[in-house]
Amino acid sequence: MSMAEHARKYPELWQRFTPRQTLVRYSWYMGVIFVAVWSVRNLDIPWFYFLDAHIQAADLAVRMWPPDMDFLGQLYDPLIETIHIATLGTAVTIVLAFPVAFLAARNTTFNSVTWFIGRLILVTSRSVNTVVWGLLFVAIFGPGPMAGIWAIAFRSIGFMGKLTAEAIEEIDQGPVEAIEATGASRLQVLWFGILPQVLPVIYGTTVYRWDINIRESTVLGFVGAGGIGIQLYASINLFSWQEVSLMLIAVFCVVVVSEFVSAIVRQRIT
Amino acid sequence: MLTVENLTKVYPTGAKALSDVSFLVDEPKVIAIIGPSGAGKSTLIRCVNRLVEPTSGKVLLGDTDVISLNRRGLRKARRRMGMIFQEYNLVERLTVMENVLSGRLGFVGFWRAYRRKFPSDDVAAAFRLLDRVGLEGYHNTRADALSGGERQRVGIARALMQAPDLLLVDEPTASLDPKTSRQIMRLLVELAHEAGTPALVNIHDVALAQTFSDRIIGLAAGEIVFDGSSDQLTADVLTRIYGEEDWSTTIRTDDDNDNGMTEGSDEGKQKGRPEKDQGSIPEASAG
Repeated sequence: MSMAEHARKYPELWQRFTPRQTLVRYSWYMGVIFVAVWSVRNLDIPWFYFLDAHIQAADLAVRMWPPDMDFLGQLYDPLIETIHIATLGTAVTIVLAFPVAFLAARNTTFNSVTWFIGRLILVTSRSVNTVVWGLLFVAIFGPGPMAGIWAIAFRSIGFMGKLTAEAIEEIDQGPVEAIEATGASRLQVLWFGILPQVLPVIYGTTVYRWDINIRESTVLGFVGAGGIGIQLYASINLFSWQEVSLMLIAVFCVVVVSEFVSAIVRQRIT
Repeated sequence: MLTVENLTKVYPTGAKALSDVSFLVDEPKVIAIIGPSGAGKSTLIRCVNRLVEPTSGKVLLGDTDVISLNRRGLRKARRRMGMIFQEYNLVERLTVMENVLSGRLGFVGFWRAYRRKFPSDDVAAAFRLLDRVGLEGYHNTRADALSGGERQRVGIARALMQAPDLLLVDEPTASLDPKTSRQIMRLLVELAHEAGTPALVNIHDVALAQTFSDRIIGLAAGEIVFDGSSDQLTADVLTRIYGEEDWSTTIRTDDDNDNGMTEGSDEGKQKGRPEKDQGSIPEASAG
């Protein structure tokens, strides 16, 4: 083998990317930097407040400590109300989301119009934040937990419905065909052939959503839709930081417990 | 019992799965439908109970014109046809008993089915059938805990729960090992004969078809190219169905026919046929 041949067959230079690929990559980096700079300039951030932020944060921490333990007695009822709002809201969701999921799944919907309606409901539900739903329902039901329950339910329909619809679209059609072949009615096919297959997903997402809803219902009080948020909002406005810190700790504990329960339940589903 | 006339199915893709298929089932016999993959075996069976809508032709179950039925009428007709599937098609997360009783769904209302409150006759029949297919004591086992052979036994029990006038069987052994395949076929044939129910069985294993069926229909490219008794199946016929190949090792000779079935037997003879019980022993007793 001559030197030239050897060099061609075993080159000493190897590059992972072509110059063109490298150029494209650096263009992306520049693009991201540009967007970040543009956003910051556009927001007109008052840097003056930024300078002493660490002092303010430390000051707030000092004012929050120690948590006002005398306040604990007044906390029990709103905390329980928060959990009830989350639980009832989730219960309402199951009833409402299940039919919507069947409309939104391609293999169980009646026609393209019903499919579109199902999808529209899911998207509408998810595009509106729980707090915004809360504002709407406070206008309808007046302030209180009722508005909170419906706010939670309407936001959760999109979440539960979408995941359930996806599960329905992924079921094994074989058993469905077999149940149809026995002469079962449409409703029986749904109940015997389809529901058993998606039940684990329904259990799992229900518990997961309940867990999310407990967190969401803690802020619903900000707009008057019941729960511990009402107290939290009031205490913040009165600068009662020691009450606020106690409430944050209480909410933290409830969320940890709900997450624990949700994890255990989801683990046990077979 | 079943009349199929000029049945044709063209799929939306333009593929012609069946063209002008006609045959008559007038005896309670096991009829094997053989043919290469894509010959239209599955389509043929599914057109009979309209899981697949035929493009044209006639299917008469007794006096009922299945093709012209509306939804409600079709459900009633489907109650009279039990179906058994290649992949068993059990509802995995339900128990064996729920799967077997689902064969009665066409006969009970929604709320009974919803509460799992089936008539006592149905429950008794289900226990009897489970015993018969060799799954005594399995009623509360979940279907996903069963082996393939056990699942197919549940599938057979579900179909027979309908007390059907006709059994439609789609590749019952294609997902099973050779030994289990033979056990399942033997059980299926025994039960069909006991009940006096004709059975249309799609099967791609020629030897199994020959051993266990009374009559064989050969399909090739959507057309019937052979319809006769099992012993008429010659190398010539197989070439017509499948194409050129050395068939000498595939065709059974009469002396190794061990399933105790007599060709062309009438109903009276079948009733006097000695019972063979190996078929009802589950292949894996430890579920």
